[in-house]
Amino acid sequence: MTREKLLEVKNLQKHFAVGKKNTIKAVDGVSFDVYKGETFGLVGESGCGKSTTGRTIIRLYDATGGEVKFAGEDVHGKKNKSELLKFNRKMQMIFQDPSSSLNPRMTVLDIIAEGLDVHKLVKNDAERKAKVEELLEAVGLNREHATRFPHEFSGGQRQRIGIARALAVDPEFIIADEPISALDVSIQAQVVNLLKKLQKERGLTYLFIAHDLSMVKYISDRIGVMYMGNLVELAESDELYNNPIHPYTKSLLSAIPLPDPRYERTRKRISYDPTVHDTDGEFELREVTPGHFVRCTAKEFERYQNEQKNK
Amino acid sequence: MDKNNLNNIPKDLFVPLVRKEDTSDRISTPSRTFFQDAKRTLFNNKPAVFSMILILFIIIMSIVGPWMNSFGSDEQDLKRAKMPPRVPVLENVSWLGMDGTLSGTFQGKDVQQATAKANARFDRKEEFIDIKVINKGDGTRNSAEVKATYHIYEAKDMKDTYFWFGSDALGRDQWTRLWEGTRVSLIIAFVAAVLDLVIGVAYGGISGFYGGRVDNVMQRIAEILVGIPNLVIILLMMLVLKPGIISIVIALSITGWIGMSRIVRGEVLKLKNQEFVLASRTLGTSNGTIIRKHLVPNISGIIIINTMFSVPGAIFFEAFLSFIGLGIVPPDASLGSLIDLGFDNLRLYPYMLVFPAIVISVLMIAFNIVGDGLRDAFDPKMHK
Ligand SMILES: Nc1ncnc2c1ncn2[C@@H]1O[C@H](COP(=O)(O)OP(=O)(O)O)[C@@H](O)[C@H]1O
Ligand SMILES: [Mg+2]
Repeated sequence: MTREKLLEVKNLQKHFAVGKKNTIKAVDGVSFDVYKGETFGLVGESGCGKSTTGRTIIRLYDATGGEVKFAGEDVHGKKNKSELLKFNRKMQMIFQDPSSSLNPRMTVLDIIAEGLDVHKLVKNDAERKAKVEELLEAVGLNREHATRFPHEFSGGQRQRIGIARALAVDPEFIIADEPISALDVSIQAQVVNLLKKLQKERGLTYLFIAHDLSMVKYISDRIGVMYMGNLVELAESDELYNNPIHPYTKSLLSAIPLPDPRYERTRKRISYDPTVHDTDGEFELREVTPGHFVRCTAKEFERYQNEQKNK
Repeated sequence: MDKNNLNNIPKDLFVPLVRKEDTSDRISTPSRTFFQDAKRTLFNNKPAVFSMILILFIIIMSIVGPWMNSFGSDEQDLKRAKMPPRVPVLENVSWLGMDGTLSGTFQGKDVQQATAKANARFDRKEEFIDIKVINKGDGTRNSAEVKATYHIYEAKDMKDTYFWFGSDALGRDQWTRLWEGTRVSLIIAFVAAVLDLVIGVAYGGISGFYGGRVDNVMQRIAEILVGIPNLVIILLMMLVLKPGIISIVIALSITGWIGMSRIVRGEVLKLKNQEFVLASRTLGTSNGTIIRKHLVPNISGIIIINTMFSVPGAIFFEAFLSFIGLGIVPPDASLGSLIDLGFDNLRLYPYMLVFPAIVISVLMIAFNIVGDGLRDAFDPKMHK
């Protein structure tokens, strides 16, 4: 593969200290690459460390261990102010909760223009306003919405404002942390379509975080499945969908309902039983078939490979 | 299309129903900021508006009141001590008690003895005492009863003098002293409230914003401070400073800010992990700007409410200290010291207690109602 790697995450760890002695290993050794221009989906049940992964990548949290490289540069290394600001422009984030992701005391104009102000991207108020109105239209809102306050908008509209805020600084890479989980199903598709449209127009790269596979499959080129702070399976999205290898992925897929009564009649939920795994040997992410990685021990690896060959 | 053919409907007749969110709708309602909404809610709250007017009136009176008559607050003259209230025009309305007379009922075994008692009580100026017999009596002990009204202003040859709220035991004008005392009480309360505000917001803000070890140390210090009773602090301070405005303010503000700091800390802890603050961080906004633009506007409401509630608390604490003799010292007056003096003369000269008691009660109630009104005003659920 000759595609350019935009983001490289190597053995990323983030542990939270809880009290004096305990630590929560929210992220415990996650590695993946995101190629330029693609959408990388990160799925897993709530609490498995998806948000923590995203926030550590964007430096909201300091990593406990591991490495994050963006366009070849170490993200967590020591940086001076101007280097940091440069990094902030390249990587942006869209948040999950539309009700708390916008400051209730600021107008939409000031919310979207925050990045413009911090990075001094506009010279005067007229230019600032023009730029914000342009962004509003880009995300499908009315330019007259600029003078309004967040509480006057619906969830979907607020999410669009959050997208416009992230776009204001012309980022290359956007981490979308469950941007549609809090929305109505009918509106989810619209926001996803908007994200796709923006990706095409602006050449964006996404890390798309979600807790269910159905919508992620639609938007992502490749998908990583997370379980308890670890990446358990990583593959092209069709491959993962049609040919899941890890028992946890199988269980996740079995939970997706389809609008097909014949399929639904025979659909069985498979529940994941972590004790099926071989316990001796190191768990590692290993490439079972080209581009399809599974976290397993050496013994399991052989078994999976044989299974794939016999298909 | 007939019924039997339902399975053979051509596919191209199906058109997907697109449900579109009206994202680019215009919003027709007028756009109001949070503070405009709050203001509207507050001004629709009648008791709160009335209380604000009352507070404003008392503040204005505490400034201009002492100048409204010619008496000074420390003009002592024992000859005119303990004069009852007397107000022009109102002196003709007898039930108001503003007619410049002292009155009392006296008992004896007959009318004569009761009258003698009345004369003895009222300086023996018989020609200025009106006696009204209530009960003739039958010769037994205390069976006769007379009501005596003493025209003290005439008796003292001060026909043209009007002490609107009477005079105190040293002959000082109560009206002047009441408003000067109110002024002192209000100054103490406002200074204490402002100190609470400044120290509390800064301390709670820093503690919550930086969190971790800083927060831990700062909270332990606050816990120690809050454990020391106020009274102990002011008694210790008496050793260093003399009693007065400054020592009361210091005593009030040594521990008074802790409540405020806790509230601010809690709010900041809650806010700093809100997604809009995280978004601001990912944009590279500096800490100073985050505090200024994201935290302060979101906690200002709660700060204002809390300040409003700390004012009556300070007024009451000052009155309490002055009442037990640890506060304002004569010749200065405050509501507390006036109440203390009035309390000493409660039986014979109740007016000395009544006026300062009314003012302090009105102030406390009004501040609390305004505080309540502000709490409603800053609660988005109460906005209509
Ligand atoms: N700031 C924090 N302090 C302590 N524990 C945290 C913190 N943030 C997240 N966690 C814990 O880390 C785990 C992963 O959380 P998170 O990344 O938010 O999960 P997800 O986004 O996949 O639902 C959870 O168990 C959560 O309780
Ligand atoms: Mg999450």
